[in-house]
This record gives sequence, structure tokens and C-alpha cells, in this order.
Amino acid sequence: MAEVKQLVKGLADQHGRTMESLLPILQGIVHQEQHISEDAMVEVARELNISAAQVYGTATFYSFLHTKPLGKYVIRVCKTITCMMHGKNQVIKELESVLKINLGETTHDGKFTLLETNCLGQCHKGPAMLINDEPYTELTPEKVREIIMKYKHQEISAN
Amino acid sequence: MAKYKNHILVCGGTGCRASQGEEIVQNLGKVLEENSLENEVQVVRTGCFGFCEKGPVVKMVPDNTFYVQVTPEDAPEIVAEHLVKGRKVERLLFTDPETQERVSESKDMGFYKKQIRIALRNCGFINPENIDEYIARDGYAALGKVLTEMTPEEAIKVIIDSGLRGRGGGGFPTGLKWEITRKVEAEQKYVVCNADEGDPGAFMDRSILEGDPHAVLEAMAINGYCTGATKGLIYIRAEYPLAISRLKIAIDQAREYGLLGTGLFGTDYDFDVELRYGAGAFVCGEETSLIHSMEGLRGEPTVKPPFPSESGYKGMPTNVNNVETYANIPVILLEGAEWFSSIGTEKSKGTKVFALAGKVNNVGLIEVPMGTTLREVIFDIGGGIKDGKKFKAVQTGGPSGGCLTEKHLDIPIDYDNLIACGSMMGSGGMIVMDEDDCMVSVAKFYLDFTVEESCGKCAPCRIGNKRLYEMLEKLTEGKGTEEDLTLLRNLSNVIKDTSLCGLGQTSPNPVLSTMENFADEYAAHVHDGKCPAGQCKSLMQYVISDEKCIGCTLCSRVCPVDAITGDKKEPHLISQETCIKCGACYEKCKFGAISIQ
Ligand SMILES: Cc1cc2nc3c(=O)[nH]c(=O)nc-3n(C[C@H](O)[C@H](O)[C@H](O)COP(=O)(O)O)c2cc1C
Ligand code: SF4
Ligand code: SF4
Ligand code: FES
Ligand code: FES
Repeated sequence: MAEVKQLVKGLADQHGRTMESLLPILQGIVHQEQHISEDAMVEVARELNISAAQVYGTATFYSFLHTKPLGKYVIRVCKTITCMMHGKNQVIKELESVLKINLGETTHDGKFTLLETNCLGQCHKGPAMLINDEPYTELTPEKVREIIMKYKHQEISAN
Repeated sequence: MAKYKNHILVCGGTGCRASQGEEIVQNLGKVLEENSLENEVQVVRTGCFGFCEKGPVVKMVPDNTFYVQVTPEDAPEIVAEHLVKGRKVERLLFTDPETQERVSESKDMGFYKKQIRIALRNCGFINPENIDEYIARDGYAALGKVLTEMTPEEAIKVIIDSGLRGRGGGGFPTGLKWEITRKVEAEQKYVVCNADEGDPGAFMDRSILEGDPHAVLEAMAINGYCTGATKGLIYIRAEYPLAISRLKIAIDQAREYGLLGTGLFGTDYDFDVELRYGAGAFVCGEETSLIHSMEGLRGEPTVKPPFPSESGYKGMPTNVNNVETYANIPVILLEGAEWFSSIGTEKSKGTKVFALAGKVNNVGLIEVPMGTTLREVIFDIGGGIKDGKKFKAVQTGGPSGGCLTEKHLDIPIDYDNLIACGSMMGSGGMIVMDEDDCMVSVAKFYLDFTVEESCGKCAPCRIGNKRLYEMLEKLTEGKGTEEDLTLLRNLSNVIKDTSLCGLGQTSPNPVLSTMENFADEYAAHVHDGKCPAGQCKSLMQYVISDEKCIGCTLCSRVCPVDAITGDKKEPHLISQETCIKCGACYEKCKFGAISIQ
């Protein structure tokens, strides 16, 4: 709780305490914590002197502002038409089998969350996905496996 | 770019970067050093060349040799052959698919021949992270000219006379919008760049921002001067990390050079730009939603009027323009309205950038004069349909647009013609479809998108689109009736007429246009229980031909649900009731005995 308080205060110092600061602050929280907890929402409301309902309203409108905990790496696979035409279903199947989770779930170790999203603007190079901020394109099941392995190794060597 | 004798331009667009563009740059640098050429040859990371199909792309300057599908391992050969010995690396040149000849310069390639690059003038030519390169190509000259030699009214007049219309979809005359914003009296005004590009199949704005961010900044400053605004905001979607980082660099550099900030060009005009990030909501591309989103609210649209030009961000006059619209501005002011309006059709001037995707040979980014036909775009520039298949349809205008077909191929593309055919220019995404694509499924697909992205504020869009989706689903399952078709059409019209914002007002277009242009296909789903394209799973059957089947039993062994019966060396049979249409047998049969019907 104290940590959230610190985080929100820091973000408010940086972005200001007006209504226009709300979205940048919420984005800042997601950047740090991957999601916006209820505690965080209440804290933001207090910092900006607005109602918690208002914070909740904004937070739940945007698909990138999560109100449920997510993994450290959020994988968003484009499910829109050209990626669909180029085989995003196989990509998702492979991700599900490598990560041993279903779409929408997070791995037990809290590292990976697998989501679908709409067009990422990489349609000519589909299927495409984002892992946090990093775009990956022209995916095949083999390529996806390699990419995930790279992240897993990175995690192991970090520990 | 004067200091060096030669330049190697390596595409640094997202597409090529993802296929080892960075490694190519590093390897080239290393090899140049090994050959002590690092002071003579400069490696430049540029924005997208457009020809992403054959990326990574590398261009040699000054001789303009255009290498395609380059790998990091090709670096030594490029340096040793091209630079040291002066011989082209033949195998990396583009091969013309028709003549089978190697083409060494982009201007001789079918892909580039019919293109005119105005908005994309710098993409693929300059390093977008270096303001000097932008300035070397007349960058910020238009801003200087406007600030020191022209009144706002004069500059606005040039834009009006040029005939430029908004490239974000609506096609509203840009100069007129500026004039309206100028005329409203207010303490503070804002100019906003809409970079929330979210149409399926669209990536023009991303490529412009990645390849030429300064063009947009310069145009925004001009826009500010003309309308009386001192603050600029760029609302960019969070899904575009590379574009964001290049914009940040560009803003810092422009501030450092005094091209943003206070007292620009020694005048008393101040202007600065701030970035705002989207958070994954398509509807925020609509200008009133976008403004609400920047105000910290839910990104829901409100009724117009009042237009943002009258009352926008924080209730102040706000001029919203699209990225590509802005990219056109500096050139128009330098070259003049007459030059610009000499390109294009009567009511649509200049060029349009399109993102080609789908089943076309050359996917990528193109810019053509308004009035170019779809045939020229898809066949001459796009190189025709992949794998020798037959062209079926092209979707333009994203979820607001429609599917055009064979009979529309020779219509000159402009705002009004596309609307007359039941589609839209939209932001410029073009998705090409071939004979394997089912048009009912395509319509369903777009509806799925709309249902998800509808903000839910008004009932026709929130509930109506959901019902449309359900009806289409019923059709693809073979359960549709003639009545559903009538209902589909009626409901579509109601949603169009009664929705609050552009999203709902156009969301039935993919349904209506496919119903109009592919009536047979809808009929086949309803009356014959068949999907002619063989895409709707519930409607297809795997069937074994008695003649071709030799009874090898391979299929019955791979079937996960034991749907295939038959004795050894006897023709096999698939039980349609049990079959789950996984296609495993179809792939396994070595004798082509299993077909999809
Ligand atoms: C649902 C919806 C989504 C839109 N998305 C975008 C977008 O991503 N980019 C854009 O520039 N305009 C978009 N527009 C159009 C904007 O509302 C607005 O007309 C445009 O930004 C004005 O700029 P322009 O006159 O330069 O085209 C969208 C409109 C609607 C109704
Ligand atoms: S038409 Fe759709 S997106 Fe637009 S306001 Fe209504 S519900 Fe929202
Ligand atoms: S399609 Fe799949 S389920 Fe149907 S018969 Fe063939 S293997 Fe069996
Ligand atoms: S359709 Fe997948 S990135 Fe555009
Ligand atoms: S990203 Fe390199 S040519 Fe388009």
C-alpha cells in the first residue's frame, strides 16, 4: 500500500494533478505494475481530488489499462483480419502450448500473459504480436517458440 | 549528407527492423571499418521504403542501386563488390516477375513507376533521427517562409487553394478547417495531430511518423501560426513504440534548434508540442473521443456540432488533423497551391498513401495520385494476386468501408467515387482478397471488430451491431434464412441512420457492400447451405472419392474422432455427423482422394 502511494504521488508530481493528468498517471501505473489495483485507483482519486468512480470509469474504458494483475510480459497477438488470413490461429495455438496456458491467462510463475488485441498496424507483415513494447512480425509457430525461449532464458539468467 | 562520398541507406522501418535490419547496419559498419572506409561511406537508418514485401531493403547512394531481401551476412559482399570494386551485387537486385530481368534502380520497378511521393517524400531517404538531414531536404523552410513572409490568412489561402482534404477519413477541406479555427476568438487554442491509426489494414501514419517525424512537427507549427494556437498535442497510439521514440527524439532536436519553443525564426511566435498516448481504444481516433481521452475521460464521442474547431480540448478551439494531412502541408507551402492542385482529380487533389496488405504480391506502403485506379494499384504496383489466384475483392476504408470487386477496378480512386461505390477512402488501408476468402465471413469479421470497439454510449451501435454479428454468424453456420437477409439490410440502415458517431454510422458498410456485390455468395449460404469459398467450417464437408481412394487406411488412422470407416484396400467413407472438420485426413491422403465440398 505504501509503495502504491509512493508511486502515485511520484506520477502526480511528474504529470500534474488535473483531470488531464489522469490518463498519463494510469498509464504510468500500468507501466510499473502491469495493472491498476483498487488501492491504486483510490490513491489516484485522492491525489487528484476526484471521485474513485471517475478513476474507475476511465481505467475500465481502455483495453491497455488493466484492472486485473497481469504477467511481467504481456503478449498481445493481433487477431484482426489480415493477421487472421495469415494464420494467427496457429501462432496462438503454439503460444498456448509453449506457455501451457489458454488465451487470456497468465502463467503460474506470473511471467507471461497471453492476450489478443486488434490491429497493430503491422498488417503487411502479419501475423504480428507485441510483447510489452516490442513488436514481432511475420510469425510462424517456430519463430514464436524461439522468441518465448529467448524471454525464458533472459528470466533465468536474471535470477 | 555532404561530407561522405557514399551513403548506404538501410531501411529502419518496423517491418525491416523485425527482419534483422539492425544487424545489417551493424555488420555494414564493421565491414566498412575493416576496409578503412568508415570516413567515406556513411550508413544511414531511414524510414520505410514502402517495398516491405521484399525487405530488408538497402539503397546505395549516389548510384541508387536498390538491394532487396538483404541479410546481415550480405554486408561483406556489398562492401567488397559494390563499394570497392564498383560492381553491383546481382543476386540482391530485384527481379522483375514478368521479364525475369534484374532491375537495379527503384524508378524502373513496377512497384514505384506509378507512384508520386509527396507525403512520403522523405521516407526512405533520410535518417529520421537526425534533424540535419530533414533540414537538408528543405525541412523547416516552409515554417520559416510562413512565419517571416506570410500572414496567417495568406498561408491559409494557399492551403484552401491547394484543395487538400483531410486524410484521416472524412475528407474535410483542410484549409477551411483552419480558417474556422482561426475565426473563433479564444484565450488559448490548440492544434492536435491525430495519430491514433487503428483501422485494420492501416499503417500509413505509423510509417510517416517513423520515417519523417519532423514533417509533422513542422506542419503543426504552421497550423498553430495560422490558427492562432501556441500549443500542439500529438495523440499517438501506444501500440507504436518506434514511432513514439522517433517523435520524442524529433521534438528534442527541434527544441534544441529553436524550431519549437519560443520566438521561432526570430518572430514573437511561440509554439511547442506535447505527446499524449492512447491506451488501446479504436474509437479514440474519432476526434471528439480523442479530445475526451486527452482530458482524462472515457474516450466516448459527443454530438457535433459543436465541432472541435469551435469547442474542443478544455472547451477551447482545437484544430484536429491527421498525420498524413500534416505531412502534405510543408511541401504545399513551398511548391504552391497550383502545383498541388494540378495533381489528382477534380474534387480530390494531390496524392493518397495506401497500405497494401492481404493476398497481393507486393505488400507495403504506396503513394499514388488521386484518380489512380484500383487495377493500377493492385496489379501494376501491387504485382497482382499471390500464388496466381484470382482477385476477388479489395476492402478499403477499414470497418467504415466496404468490399469492392472486379467491376470497380477501373474507377479512379477519390473520396467521392469510393463513397458512390458503397465504400470509403478511410485512412488508406487496402486489404486484397482472393477466391479463397468468404465474403460473409469477411463482413462478420469487421462486425466482430466493431462490436468490440464500440464505446457503448448509444444503443443502435452497441446493440445493433451485436445483432448484426449474430445474424452473420448464423449465416456462416448455414442456419440463415431469407428473412435474415432482409433483417440484416434493414437493421444496417437503422444503425447507419441513428448512431451518434462515425463509428456506428458506418459500421454496417462492410455488410451492405458485401450483400450488394456478392449477393450470390449470401444466397449460397442461405439456400444451398454452401460456402463457395470453402471457408465456413460448418458448411464444408470432407468427402472421399470412391475412385481415387485405394484404401490405404492412412486417413482413418489420423482422424481424431474415428469418423472414417472402411476396410483395407476398400474405399473409405467419412461420417459427416462425427467429423469435426479438422482437416487432418485431407492433409495426410497421398492420393488426393479427399476433397472439400
Ligand atoms: C471511429 C472513428 C475512428 C477514426 N480514427 C481516425 C484515426 O485513426 N486517425 C485519423 O486521423 N482520423 C480518424 N478519424 C477521423 C477523425 O474523427 C477526424 O475526422 C480526423 O482526425 C480529422 O483530420 P483530417 O481532417 O486531417 O482528416 C476517425 C473517425 C471515426 C468516426
Ligand atoms: S456510434 Fe458506437 S462508438 Fe459512436 S458513440 Fe455510439 S456507441 Fe459509441
Ligand atoms: S476432417 Fe478430421 S475429423 Fe473429419 S474425417 Fe478428416 S480427420 Fe476425421
Ligand atoms: S491486421 Fe494484424 S497488424 Fe493489422
Ligand atoms: S519497413 Fe522496410 S521497406 Fe517498409
